[in-house]
Amino acid sequence: MVTEASRLAELVLEGDRRALARLITRIENENPSALPVMAALYSRTGRGHIVGVTGAPGCGKSTLVNELAKQLRREGRMVGIVAVDPTSPFSGGALLGDRIRMRDLAGDEGIFIRSMASRGSLGGLARATGDAVKLLDAAGFEVILVETVGAGQAEVDIAKASHTTLVIQAPGMGDDIQAIKAGILEIADIFVVNKADLPGAENTVRALQMMQRLGRDNNGPYRHHGRLMRANRVGQAAEPPGWEAPILQTVSISGEGIAEVVAAIQSHRAHLHQSGEFQIREAARIEAEFESMLRDTLLNDLLARIPTIELDAILSQVVAREMDPYSAVDRIMTIAAAEGETGPRPHRAHALEAEKPEVRR
Amino acid sequence: MSERKIRVLIAKPGLDGHDRGAKVVARALRDAGMEVIYTGLRQTPEMICEAAMQEDVDVIGLSILSGAHMAQVPRLLELLKSGGMADVKVFLGGIVPDEDIRVLKQMGVQEVFGPGANTKVIAEAIRQAVSSER
Repeated sequence: MVTEASRLAELVLEGDRRALARLITRIENENPSALPVMAALYSRTGRGHIVGVTGAPGCGKSTLVNELAKQLRREGRMVGIVAVDPTSPFSGGALLGDRIRMRDLAGDEGIFIRSMASRGSLGGLARATGDAVKLLDAAGFEVILVETVGAGQAEVDIAKASHTTLVIQAPGMGDDIQAIKAGILEIADIFVVNKADLPGAENTVRALQMMQRLGRDNNGPYRHHGRLMRANRVGQAAEPPGWEAPILQTVSISGEGIAEVVAAIQSHRAHLHQSGEFQIREAARIEAEFESMLRDTLLNDLLARIPTIELDAILSQVVAREMDPYSAVDRIMTIAAAEGETGPRPHRAHALEAEKPEVRR
Repeated sequence: MSERKIRVLIAKPGLDGHDRGAKVVARALRDAGMEVIYTGLRQTPEMICEAAMQEDVDVIGLSILSGAHMAQVPRLLELLKSGGMADVKVFLGGIVPDEDIRVLKQMGVQEVFGPGANTKVIAEAIRQAVSSER
């Protein structure tokens, strides 16, 4: 087992594409045999630049990713792509259609595309996305483009999972109030107004510009009814000159504006490194990932301690409103604690194996 | 949670643009709980083989209505074999004469579905082909 893991890790480091593909599948299926491989590869990750691409369904994410990848290839970079599409909450199946827009990338050894179903995750990514990115990173892909599911307002996990986040907007969706709501627009390092050849694109650009102006810590002079005024905010230090997300316009189907987006990604990367923010983001990213790993492990561990019949019984009492859910949680924690003292303590590896009781929801 | 999901690549090799059948099957397999990677029109056998490798699929479903099946399918099977992916099951749908079906199945095609095939039957055939492998 250990030798198989180190052999697989070796293959990934050599850039063996089939080993890479198979490992991603194992990660997706939470196959415990993938863990020692991931553990062996961890020290070899951290070189790739992770670029998140998010935006509403149909705004042109996949087509833009296709064009970005082509441009990056022209500049000689190895490009890995993870494209996430939603899993059906009813059948558990998924239709992954991002490759349709990426036909141009076929036959290029410097590109690896993996489609991924969200499998119940709600933040716009799949649970396996982070590990798939690590594998691509270890395999030597220099830029890793992560395309989220078509995102609405609050699917912001991508910001924590990537170094540079692109938020894609298309004309004709919402007014300037949409632009000052909390959520997806706050996470952008670069705004891309795609389909900029369509009418209304300039309105979208203007709404984004307005949002940025409203958000600026305005200590300078401004005009009010023609009079020059000076804003003086008490107790607020002027922010150091940081990064303000550029608002770029593209027409993905013709490739217009793509080189500018790639240039912006590179200058954002340079900014992160120069300002020292890279370390801060990297630490936050790894912390978030570690926390969710810990949470999954704890949940698996906890559920493994509760006999299924007992869990069912408690649940049906809650459904029948004979017990409130707050007391039910208390009850389950008490049972788990008692089990922990008497019974054997299942570890993560055990919890992942086949004898694991069926996990609900 | 850690159940193994069946991954299927649906592709249309060749030059005909009739993708209705491919879409109907893709949708039906999605509803059968599978993860379907839909690649769209005008795929070469090389593109299909590469996508199947990267996506690590269990099954490839081809839709051909142009009559090019005797050119496209053997080439794909050959590529899969030389790429060490002979374990990937290949299904075919479209307009295929009976005498070709026999030849294709001998070459290694799992099953060929003609017009009017029941999508539930297709999903079941895929499930069985994959489970016999595991």
